[in-house]
Amino acid sequence: MSEQKAGKKVIYHKPESAFETSSLFCAGCQHSIIARVVCEAIDEMGIQGDAVGVSGVGCHGMCHVYMDVDFVFALHGRAPGTATGIKRGLSNKGIVFTFQGDGDLAAIGLGDILSAVNRGEKLTTIFFNNAGYGTTGGQMAPTTLQGQVTTTSPEGRDAASHGYPVHMAEMMASMRGVAYSARVALIGLKNFMSAKKAVKTAFQKQIDNVGYGFVEFVCTCPPGWGMNPPKSIQWLEKAMLEEYPLGELKNVDIIE
Amino acid sequence: MAEKVLITGNIAAAQGAIYAGCRHYFGYPITPQSDVVEFFAAELPKLGGYFVQTESECTSINMLYGCACTGVRCMTSSSSTGFSLMMEGLSTIAAAEVSCVVMNVQRGGPGAGSTQTAQMDYLQAVKGGGHGGYKMVVLAPATVQECFDFVQIAFYLADKYRHPAMVLTDAMIGQMMESVELVTHDFGPLPEKPWAVKCGREGGKRGNMIHNAPGIWSLYKDYQVRITDKYKKMAEQEVRVKTYDIEDADLIIVSFGSSARSGLGAYEMARRDGRKVGFIRPISLWPFPTQVIREAAKTTKHFLVVEDNLGQMVEDVDHAVQGRAEVHFLGMLARHLPDSSGMIFPHTIYQEVKKYI
Repeated sequence: MSEQKAGKKVIYHKPESAFETSSLFCAGCQHSIIARVVCEAIDEMGIQGDAVGVSGVGCHGMCHVYMDVDFVFALHGRAPGTATGIKRGLSNKGIVFTFQGDGDLAAIGLGDILSAVNRGEKLTTIFFNNAGYGTTGGQMAPTTLQGQVTTTSPEGRDAASHGYPVHMAEMMASMRGVAYSARVALIGLKNFMSAKKAVKTAFQKQIDNVGYGFVEFVCTCPPGWGMNPPKSIQWLEKAMLEEYPLGELKNVDIIE
Repeated sequence: MAEKVLITGNIAAAQGAIYAGCRHYFGYPITPQSDVVEFFAAELPKLGGYFVQTESECTSINMLYGCACTGVRCMTSSSSTGFSLMMEGLSTIAAAEVSCVVMNVQRGGPGAGSTQTAQMDYLQAVKGGGHGGYKMVVLAPATVQECFDFVQIAFYLADKYRHPAMVLTDAMIGQMMESVELVTHDFGPLPEKPWAVKCGREGGKRGNMIHNAPGIWSLYKDYQVRITDKYKKMAEQEVRVKTYDIEDADLIIVSFGSSARSGLGAYEMARRDGRKVGFIRPISLWPFPTQVIREAAKTTKHFLVVEDNLGQMVEDVDHAVQGRAEVHFLGMLARHLPDSSGMIFPHTIYQEVKKYI
């Protein structure tokens, strides 16, 4: 990241693969930072010209406005299938990745991601887990925590009526077609760096034709959670990370 | 001398795709078109192409969408109940304005209906099917040769308009065998597709963004003006229809696809007996040959619409006729058997004709 420019040392700059634009997201939302991390990974790997993004439906579907790579908008939940079609259309060349939120991936699109992985696709999925539906105004998602109040679980999510928080990174790791699965969060520099490393590794598994790469970002949704930005970060660290611990869940170089 | 082969309508359609340069197919097995899926599974890898057996028709259409975004010629197919699963995706492909071909080999409906032939998806095919009022060219083959030919035409039209195009057959046309001449239709060079997403971009900058939300990522009215113009052009330029002796006819039979074979037979029987019967066969179901029928309505007294359903195309004929002639309907209640394998025979249609003239 650091370089010499006009006698001054630049330690932080806009990634090459990011557009110069203003934020579309709510105060305290981390989606634009996730887009930035992916842009940095794309820059550092030199894959901007080969990367094609596929957006799901949800707030994450706005990240493309920051990203200077080809993009296709998929239907809600269908990004892994659409990405598969793109990959075949490009004769299995190209580095195709999906952005999907928890409604998109873990609810309406759960079958699509499992089938794509099980088909042995060489794709990369960046999963935005903010424990609810942001775009539509804070409804319950499969990732919503037990007891968490949302507009569709006004008394708090309880298992008897609404089931359990779904652990996507663990589920992905359990599948044979997955070469890499990790859960990361953007709290503090160390985590930021390991998040970028995870994204790069997930891309690399695709480039090396090993298998599916999956990175789950646990991230904030201040308006959806009814919190201000600092409080949402605290709640993420306290409640979210307790349910969704960070770490690398799978990293293999060969799938038998 | 072109190669002549004896094949089914399903295989002919699949061959038509190969002859049109299609090397990407996504599909899910369903009676009565599983042999299309099997054909591509066997043939595409030999040609350096790509076949994916999907987990659902929903995924088939979404893979097709992604693939079409790269600009290559690609296709999916299904049958009635499976085709219904594709409707949201088809609406998306129309909204995103990318080119591809879809084929519905109809079986009985509604619901899981039957596994045997029917023409019960006419309205779904020509009136949208999916949401949002999109339109697309729908071609209805009546012979195995036409399955082969029309898929090629559909690919040409999909590219010409940067839009999905549809071939609507049924279990009868799809499963029966006829002799087919395998000839590539030459529509000139393939159009450039600068809008497609791709890899290997120099300088690495974004070339394209393809989206299915024209009211979110573009000015909605710009899109509506453009799409209105596109549909108008299609409606003006892509009407395909065959007419037989309509000039002096007192009654004109109108039917499409497999029913058109029976309709044609009935017309021939009537003419042999000296009755003034004409025949109109819409080949493009959208755009519908409204003007041809409207003109004929000025001179004829009766239209007899024959289709293997409970009355669908008859609505479009009614609209074309504008009350200038009587419009009668003969549908699947006139089949020779009460079970799902019944058919409307030419002599049944001829009996109906004799009621009116």
